[in-house]
Amino acid sequence: MNRSGPAERRRAAAADAPEGGDRGWGLLFSAWLVAAVATAGSLFFSHVMGFAPCVLCWYQRIFLFPLVVVLAVGLFPMDRRVVRYGLPLAVLGWLVAVYHNLVYAGIVPESLQPCARGVSCTEEYIELFGVLSIPMLSLLAFTTLTGLLLAVHRRTRP
Amino acid sequence: MKRTLFAATLISLVLAFALASWWHRDQRAERLGFMAQEQAELFVRPHSPVTGAEDARVYLVEFTDPACETCASFSPFVKHFLDQYEGQLRLVVRWAPFHEGSADVVRVLEAARLQGRFWETLDLLYRTQRMWTQHHRVYVDRLWPLLPQVGLDVERLRGDLYNPEITAIIEQDLADAQALGVQKTPGFFVNGRPLEPFGLDPLAQLIATEVGESYPQ
Repeated sequence: MNRSGPAERRRAAAADAPEGGDRGWGLLFSAWLVAAVATAGSLFFSHVMGFAPCVLCWYQRIFLFPLVVVLAVGLFPMDRRVVRYGLPLAVLGWLVAVYHNLVYAGIVPESLQPCARGVSCTEEYIELFGVLSIPMLSLLAFTTLTGLLLAVHRRTRP
Repeated sequence: MKRTLFAATLISLVLAFALASWWHRDQRAERLGFMAQEQAELFVRPHSPVTGAEDARVYLVEFTDPACETCASFSPFVKHFLDQYEGQLRLVVRWAPFHEGSADVVRVLEAARLQGRFWETLDLLYRTQRMWTQHHRVYVDRLWPLLPQVGLDVERLRGDLYNPEITAIIEQDLADAQALGVQKTPGFFVNGRPLEPFGLDPLAQLIATEVGESYPQ
Protein backbone atom coordinates (compact mmCIF):
# COMPACT_ATOMS: atom_id res chain seq x y z
CA MET A 1 0.00 0.00 0.00
CA ASN A 2 2.49 2.59 -1.11
CA ARG A 3 0.04 4.39 -3.31
CA SER A 4 -1.08 6.96 -0.75
CA GLY A 5 -1.11 10.42 -2.37
CA PRO A 6 -0.32 13.69 -0.59
CA ALA A 7 -3.96 14.26 0.28
CA GLU A 8 -4.26 10.89 1.99
CA ARG A 9 -1.02 11.38 3.85
CA ARG A 10 -2.27 14.73 5.04
CA ARG A 11 -5.50 13.20 6.23
CA ALA A 12 -3.55 10.48 8.03
CA ALA A 13 -1.37 13.12 9.71
CA ALA A 14 -4.46 15.04 10.76
CA ALA A 15 -5.97 11.86 12.23
CA ASP A 16 -2.77 11.23 14.24
CA ALA A 17 -2.80 14.68 15.77
CA PRO A 18 -6.13 16.39 15.13
CA GLU A 19 -5.11 19.72 16.67
CA GLY A 20 -1.54 19.37 17.93
CA GLY A 21 -0.22 18.77 14.39
CA ASP A 22 -1.30 22.25 13.46
CA ARG A 23 0.41 24.13 16.24
CA GLY A 24 0.42 27.83 15.51
CA TRP A 25 -2.48 27.58 13.05
CA GLY A 26 -4.59 30.03 15.04
CA LEU A 27 -1.74 32.54 15.16
CA LEU A 28 -1.09 32.20 11.46
CA PHE A 29 -4.81 32.55 10.74
CA SER A 30 -4.86 35.75 12.82
CA ALA A 31 -1.90 37.07 10.83
CA TRP A 32 -3.74 36.30 7.59
CA LEU A 33 -6.82 38.06 8.96
CA VAL A 34 -4.79 41.18 9.79
CA ALA A 35 -3.28 41.21 6.28
CA ALA A 36 -6.69 40.66 4.65
CA VAL A 37 -8.42 43.37 6.69
CA ALA A 38 -5.55 45.80 6.03
CA THR A 39 -5.73 45.04 2.29
CA ALA A 40 -9.48 45.52 2.21
CA GLY A 41 -9.14 48.77 4.15
CA SER A 42 -6.43 50.05 1.86
CA LEU A 43 -8.51 49.25 -1.23
CA PHE A 44 -11.51 50.90 0.41
CA PHE A 45 -9.57 54.12 0.94
CA SER A 46 -8.29 54.23 -2.63
CA HIS A 47 -11.19 52.81 -4.64
CA VAL A 48 -14.27 53.74 -2.68
CA MET A 49 -13.32 56.90 -0.84
CA GLY A 50 -11.13 58.05 -3.71
CA PHE A 51 -7.96 58.80 -1.73
CA ALA A 52 -4.95 58.65 -4.02
CA PRO A 53 -2.13 56.55 -2.51
CA CYS A 54 1.19 58.40 -2.18
CA VAL A 55 4.53 56.82 -3.11
CA LEU A 56 5.29 55.53 0.38
CA CYS A 57 1.79 54.07 0.60
CA TRP A 58 2.49 52.17 -2.59
CA TYR A 59 5.66 50.62 -1.16
CA GLN A 60 3.74 49.51 1.91
CA ARG A 61 1.01 48.05 -0.29
CA ILE A 62 3.61 46.13 -2.28
CA PHE A 63 4.69 44.39 0.93
CA LEU A 64 1.17 43.97 2.30
CA PHE A 65 -0.89 42.58 -0.58
CA PRO A 66 1.20 39.42 -1.23
CA LEU A 67 0.93 38.48 2.46
CA VAL A 68 -2.78 37.79 2.00
CA VAL A 69 -1.95 35.10 -0.55
CA VAL A 70 1.28 33.78 0.98
CA LEU A 71 -0.19 33.36 4.47
CA ALA A 72 -3.36 31.73 3.13
CA VAL A 73 -1.27 29.18 1.23
CA GLY A 74 0.66 28.45 4.44
CA LEU A 75 -2.60 27.67 6.27
CA PHE A 76 -3.66 24.70 4.09
CA PRO A 77 -1.91 22.52 5.11
CA MET A 78 -0.23 24.28 8.00
CA ASP A 79 3.31 24.98 6.83
CA ARG A 80 5.62 26.50 9.43
CA ARG A 81 8.06 27.58 6.73
CA VAL A 82 5.53 30.21 5.64
CA VAL A 83 7.27 32.44 8.19
CA ARG A 84 10.40 32.34 6.01
CA TYR A 85 8.45 33.87 3.14
CA GLY A 86 6.05 36.09 5.06
CA LEU A 87 8.34 37.65 7.65
CA PRO A 88 10.65 39.52 5.19
CA LEU A 89 7.58 41.14 3.61
CA ALA A 90 6.19 42.11 7.01
CA VAL A 91 9.51 43.53 8.24
CA LEU A 92 10.17 45.53 5.06
CA GLY A 93 6.63 46.88 5.14
CA TRP A 94 7.13 47.76 8.80
CA LEU A 95 10.31 49.72 7.98
CA VAL A 96 8.56 51.73 5.27
CA ALA A 97 5.64 52.33 7.65
CA VAL A 98 8.01 53.65 10.36
CA TYR A 99 9.62 55.98 7.83
CA HIS A 100 6.23 57.13 6.57
CA ASN A 101 5.09 57.96 10.10
CA LEU A 102 8.27 59.97 10.68
CA VAL A 103 7.58 61.93 7.49
CA TYR A 104 3.93 62.34 8.41
CA ALA A 105 4.78 63.62 11.88
CA GLY A 106 7.27 66.07 10.38
CA ILE A 107 10.28 64.47 12.12
CA VAL A 108 11.89 63.66 8.78
CA PRO A 109 11.86 66.96 6.85
CA GLU A 110 9.67 67.31 3.75
CA SER A 111 12.64 67.94 1.49
CA LEU A 112 14.18 64.57 2.25
CA GLN A 113 11.13 62.56 1.43
CA PRO A 114 10.74 61.21 -2.10
CA CYS A 115 7.19 62.27 -2.84
CA ALA A 116 7.15 66.01 -3.37
CA ARG A 117 5.29 65.48 -6.63
CA GLY A 118 1.89 63.90 -7.06
CA VAL A 119 0.22 63.08 -3.78
CA SER A 120 2.09 64.34 -0.77
CA CYS A 121 2.94 61.70 1.81
CA THR A 122 1.88 64.12 4.51
CA GLU A 123 -1.55 64.65 2.98
CA GLU A 124 -4.01 64.21 5.84
CA TYR A 125 -6.98 62.13 4.77
CA ILE A 126 -8.44 60.79 7.97
CA GLU A 127 -7.69 60.94 11.67
CA LEU A 128 -9.78 58.32 13.45
CA PHE A 129 -10.21 59.18 17.13
CA GLY A 130 -7.62 61.92 16.64
CA VAL A 131 -4.59 59.63 16.40
CA LEU A 132 -5.24 56.91 13.82
CA SER A 133 -4.01 58.37 10.56
CA ILE A 134 -3.62 56.09 7.55
CA PRO A 135 0.19 55.74 8.05
CA MET A 136 -0.48 54.88 11.70
CA LEU A 137 -2.99 52.18 10.72
CA SER A 138 -0.37 50.75 8.38
CA LEU A 139 2.29 50.74 11.11
CA LEU A 140 -0.12 48.99 13.48
CA ALA A 141 -0.89 46.34 10.86
CA PHE A 142 2.75 45.64 10.04
CA THR A 143 3.73 45.56 13.73
CA THR A 144 0.96 43.04 14.46
CA LEU A 145 1.90 40.98 11.41
CA THR A 146 5.58 40.85 12.38
CA GLY A 147 4.68 39.94 15.98
CA LEU A 148 2.26 37.21 14.94
CA LEU A 149 4.67 35.67 12.44
CA LEU A 150 7.44 35.60 15.07
CA ALA A 151 4.96 33.95 17.45
CA VAL A 152 4.12 31.33 14.80
CA HIS A 153 7.83 30.67 14.43
CA ARG A 154 8.31 30.17 18.18
CA ARG A 155 5.17 28.09 18.64
CA THR A 156 6.04 25.71 15.81
CA ARG A 157 9.72 25.25 16.66
CA PRO A 158 10.34 21.48 16.58
CA MET B 1 -13.46 23.04 10.30
CA LYS B 2 -10.46 25.22 9.59
CA ARG B 3 -11.37 25.41 5.95
CA THR B 4 -14.89 26.45 6.88
CA LEU B 5 -13.55 29.12 9.24
CA PHE B 6 -11.23 30.41 6.53
CA ALA B 7 -13.91 30.43 3.84
CA ALA B 8 -16.48 32.05 6.14
CA THR B 9 -14.01 34.77 7.14
CA LEU B 10 -13.07 35.44 3.53
CA ILE B 11 -16.70 35.67 2.44
CA SER B 12 -17.53 37.96 5.39
CA LEU B 13 -14.66 40.26 4.49
CA VAL B 14 -15.76 40.50 0.86
CA LEU B 15 -19.36 41.12 1.92
CA ALA B 16 -18.32 43.74 4.48
CA PHE B 17 -16.31 45.50 1.77
CA ALA B 18 -19.23 45.48 -0.66
CA LEU B 19 -21.67 46.71 2.01
CA ALA B 20 -19.34 49.47 3.18
CA SER B 21 -18.83 50.61 -0.43
CA TRP B 22 -22.54 50.70 -1.05
CA TRP B 23 -23.15 52.57 2.21
CA HIS B 24 -20.40 55.09 1.45
CA ARG B 25 -21.81 55.87 -2.02
CA ASP B 26 -25.31 56.20 -0.62
CA GLN B 27 -24.15 58.57 2.12
CA ARG B 28 -22.29 60.74 -0.35
CA ALA B 29 -25.27 60.99 -2.71
CA GLU B 30 -27.54 61.86 0.22
CA ARG B 31 -25.17 64.47 1.59
CA LEU B 32 -24.68 66.11 -1.81
CA GLY B 33 -28.40 66.12 -2.53
CA PHE B 34 -28.88 67.99 0.72
CA MET B 35 -26.04 70.37 -0.07
CA ALA B 36 -27.56 71.16 -3.44
CA GLN B 37 -30.60 72.63 -1.70
CA GLU B 38 -28.82 74.34 1.14
CA GLN B 39 -25.72 75.56 -0.59
CA ALA B 40 -26.41 75.96 -4.25
CA GLU B 41 -23.48 78.38 -4.54
CA LEU B 42 -21.05 75.51 -4.07
CA PHE B 43 -22.18 74.26 -7.46
CA VAL B 44 -22.66 77.52 -9.34
CA ARG B 45 -20.65 80.60 -8.44
CA PRO B 46 -21.50 84.00 -9.94
CA HIS B 47 -18.12 83.86 -11.73
CA SER B 48 -18.78 80.49 -13.39
CA PRO B 49 -19.09 80.23 -17.18
CA VAL B 50 -22.64 79.08 -17.97
CA THR B 51 -24.31 78.21 -21.26
CA GLY B 52 -27.85 77.16 -22.15
CA ALA B 53 -31.27 78.76 -21.66
CA GLU B 54 -31.51 81.18 -18.71
CA ASP B 55 -34.71 79.58 -17.43
CA ALA B 56 -33.54 75.98 -17.79
CA ARG B 57 -34.39 73.96 -14.68
CA VAL B 58 -31.68 71.33 -15.02
CA TYR B 59 -28.09 72.32 -14.25
CA LEU B 60 -25.24 70.16 -15.43
CA VAL B 61 -22.21 71.17 -13.40
CA GLU B 62 -18.89 69.92 -14.74
CA PHE B 63 -15.67 70.20 -12.76
CA THR B 64 -13.15 70.02 -15.55
CA ASP B 65 -9.43 70.16 -16.16
CA PRO B 66 -8.58 71.38 -19.68
CA ALA B 67 -5.61 68.98 -19.72
CA CYS B 68 -7.72 65.97 -18.71
CA GLU B 69 -8.15 63.51 -21.55
CA THR B 70 -11.46 62.16 -20.32
CA CYS B 71 -12.84 65.71 -20.09
CA ALA B 72 -11.88 66.25 -23.73
CA SER B 73 -13.53 62.97 -24.75
CA PHE B 74 -16.70 63.94 -22.90
CA SER B 75 -16.88 67.38 -24.50
CA PRO B 76 -18.72 66.36 -27.72
CA PHE B 77 -21.23 64.36 -25.70
CA VAL B 78 -21.85 67.25 -23.33
CA LYS B 79 -22.55 69.44 -26.37
CA HIS B 80 -24.88 66.76 -27.66
CA PHE B 81 -26.83 66.78 -24.37
CA LEU B 82 -27.13 70.58 -24.56
CA ASP B 83 -28.65 70.26 -28.04
CA GLN B 84 -30.85 67.33 -27.11
CA TYR B 85 -32.37 69.14 -24.10
CA GLU B 86 -32.28 72.64 -25.54
CA GLY B 87 -34.13 75.08 -23.30
CA GLN B 88 -34.14 72.62 -20.40
CA LEU B 89 -30.45 72.05 -19.67
CA ARG B 90 -27.68 74.47 -18.68
CA LEU B 91 -24.00 73.71 -18.45
CA VAL B 92 -21.85 75.24 -15.71
CA VAL B 93 -18.09 74.96 -16.09
CA ARG B 94 -16.08 74.71 -12.87
CA TRP B 95 -12.31 74.34 -12.71
CA ALA B 96 -10.44 71.44 -11.16
CA PRO B 97 -6.94 71.82 -12.65
CA PHE B 98 -5.39 68.70 -11.12
CA HIS B 99 -2.77 68.10 -13.83
CA GLU B 100 0.60 69.72 -13.45
CA GLY B 101 0.55 73.07 -15.21
CA SER B 102 -3.11 72.96 -16.14
CA ALA B 103 -3.94 75.94 -13.91
CA ASP B 104 -2.08 77.98 -16.54
CA VAL B 105 -4.42 76.65 -19.21
CA VAL B 106 -7.37 77.66 -17.03
CA ARG B 107 -5.82 81.14 -16.93
CA VAL B 108 -5.71 81.16 -20.74
CA LEU B 109 -9.38 80.18 -20.87
CA GLU B 110 -10.41 82.81 -18.34
CA ALA B 111 -8.38 85.43 -20.23
CA ALA B 112 -10.15 84.33 -23.43
CA ARG B 113 -13.43 84.89 -21.61
CA LEU B 114 -12.40 88.52 -21.05
CA GLN B 115 -12.29 88.77 -24.86
CA GLY B 116 -15.70 87.12 -25.19
CA ARG B 117 -14.30 83.99 -26.80
CA PHE B 118 -14.61 81.49 -23.97
CA TRP B 119 -16.63 78.64 -25.49
CA GLU B 120 -14.75 78.66 -28.80
CA THR B 121 -11.46 78.56 -26.92
CA LEU B 122 -12.57 75.74 -24.63
CA ASP B 123 -13.65 73.76 -27.67
CA LEU B 124 -10.37 74.46 -29.45
CA LEU B 125 -8.28 73.43 -26.46
CA TYR B 126 -10.15 70.16 -25.99
CA ARG B 127 -9.76 69.36 -29.69
CA THR B 128 -6.05 70.19 -29.79
CA GLN B 129 -5.21 68.79 -26.36
CA ARG B 130 -2.68 66.31 -27.75
CA MET B 131 -0.68 69.16 -29.29
CA TRP B 132 0.03 70.86 -25.99
CA THR B 133 0.11 67.98 -23.49
CA GLN B 134 2.52 65.13 -23.25
CA HIS B 135 2.53 62.42 -20.60
CA HIS B 136 0.08 64.42 -18.50
CA ARG B 137 2.31 67.49 -18.58
CA VAL B 138 1.19 70.80 -19.97
CA TYR B 139 3.34 72.81 -22.40
CA VAL B 140 1.59 76.14 -22.22
CA ASP B 141 3.92 77.76 -24.80
CA ARG B 142 2.47 75.50 -27.48
CA LEU B 143 -0.90 77.21 -27.01
CA TRP B 144 0.08 80.64 -28.37
CA PRO B 145 0.19 79.68 -32.07
CA LEU B 146 -3.21 77.94 -31.76
CA LEU B 147 -5.16 80.75 -30.17
CA PRO B 148 -5.50 83.15 -33.17
CA GLN B 149 -7.65 80.43 -34.83
CA VAL B 150 -10.56 81.53 -32.63
CA GLY B 151 -9.84 85.21 -33.11
CA LEU B 152 -8.02 85.88 -29.86
CA ASP B 153 -5.61 88.75 -29.37
CA VAL B 154 -2.73 86.71 -27.94
CA GLU B 155 -0.74 89.74 -26.77
CA ARG B 156 -3.66 91.05 -24.79
CA LEU B 157 -4.48 87.57 -23.50
CA ARG B 158 -0.96 87.06 -22.17
CA GLY B 159 -1.21 90.36 -20.36
CA ASP B 160 -4.41 89.22 -18.62
CA LEU B 161 -3.13 85.81 -17.49
CA TYR B 162 -2.14 86.81 -13.97
CA ASN B 163 -5.15 88.98 -13.34
CA PRO B 164 -5.94 88.54 -9.60
CA GLU B 165 -9.61 87.89 -10.43
CA ILE B 166 -8.59 84.82 -12.41
CA THR B 167 -6.45 83.61 -9.51
CA ALA B 168 -9.44 84.05 -7.19
CA ILE B 169 -11.70 82.06 -9.54
CA ILE B 170 -9.28 79.15 -9.63
CA GLU B 171 -8.87 79.15 -5.86
CA GLN B 172 -12.62 79.29 -5.24
CA ASP B 173 -13.30 76.47 -7.71
CA LEU B 174 -10.61 74.28 -6.17
CA ALA B 175 -12.05 74.92 -2.70
CA ASP B 176 -15.57 74.02 -3.91
CA ALA B 177 -14.23 70.91 -5.64
CA GLN B 178 -12.77 69.83 -2.33
CA ALA B 179 -15.96 70.61 -0.42
CA LEU B 180 -17.95 68.53 -2.91
CA GLY B 181 -15.48 65.67 -2.84
CA VAL B 182 -14.37 66.00 -6.45
CA GLN B 183 -11.07 64.15 -6.67
CA LYS B 184 -11.08 63.18 -10.32
CA THR B 185 -12.07 64.97 -13.49
CA PRO B 186 -14.50 65.31 -15.06
CA GLY B 187 -16.66 65.62 -11.94
CA PHE B 188 -20.31 65.84 -12.97
CA PHE B 189 -23.32 66.90 -10.93
CA VAL B 190 -26.84 67.17 -12.30
CA ASN B 191 -28.96 69.46 -10.11
CA GLY B 192 -26.56 68.66 -7.29
CA ARG B 193 -26.69 64.91 -7.74
CA PRO B 194 -23.25 63.41 -8.26
CA LEU B 195 -22.67 61.10 -11.21
CA GLU B 196 -22.31 57.71 -9.56
CA PRO B 197 -21.07 55.39 -11.03
CA PHE B 198 -18.97 57.29 -13.54
CA GLY B 199 -19.60 56.79 -17.25
CA LEU B 200 -21.26 58.20 -20.34
CA ASP B 201 -24.41 56.08 -20.13
CA PRO B 202 -24.94 56.81 -16.42
CA LEU B 203 -24.54 60.53 -17.24
CA ALA B 204 -27.11 60.33 -20.03
CA GLN B 205 -29.45 58.52 -17.64
CA LEU B 206 -28.92 60.98 -14.79
CA ILE B 207 -29.68 63.93 -17.09
CA ALA B 208 -32.76 62.17 -18.50
CA THR B 209 -34.02 61.46 -14.97
CA GLU B 210 -33.55 65.05 -13.82
CA VAL B 211 -35.13 66.47 -16.97
CA GLY B 212 -38.05 64.06 -16.51
CA GLU B 213 -38.52 65.22 -12.91
CA SER B 214 -38.19 68.92 -13.68
CA TYR B 215 -40.41 68.85 -16.78
CA PRO B 216 -43.23 66.40 -16.06
CA GLN B 217 -45.11 65.48 -19.22
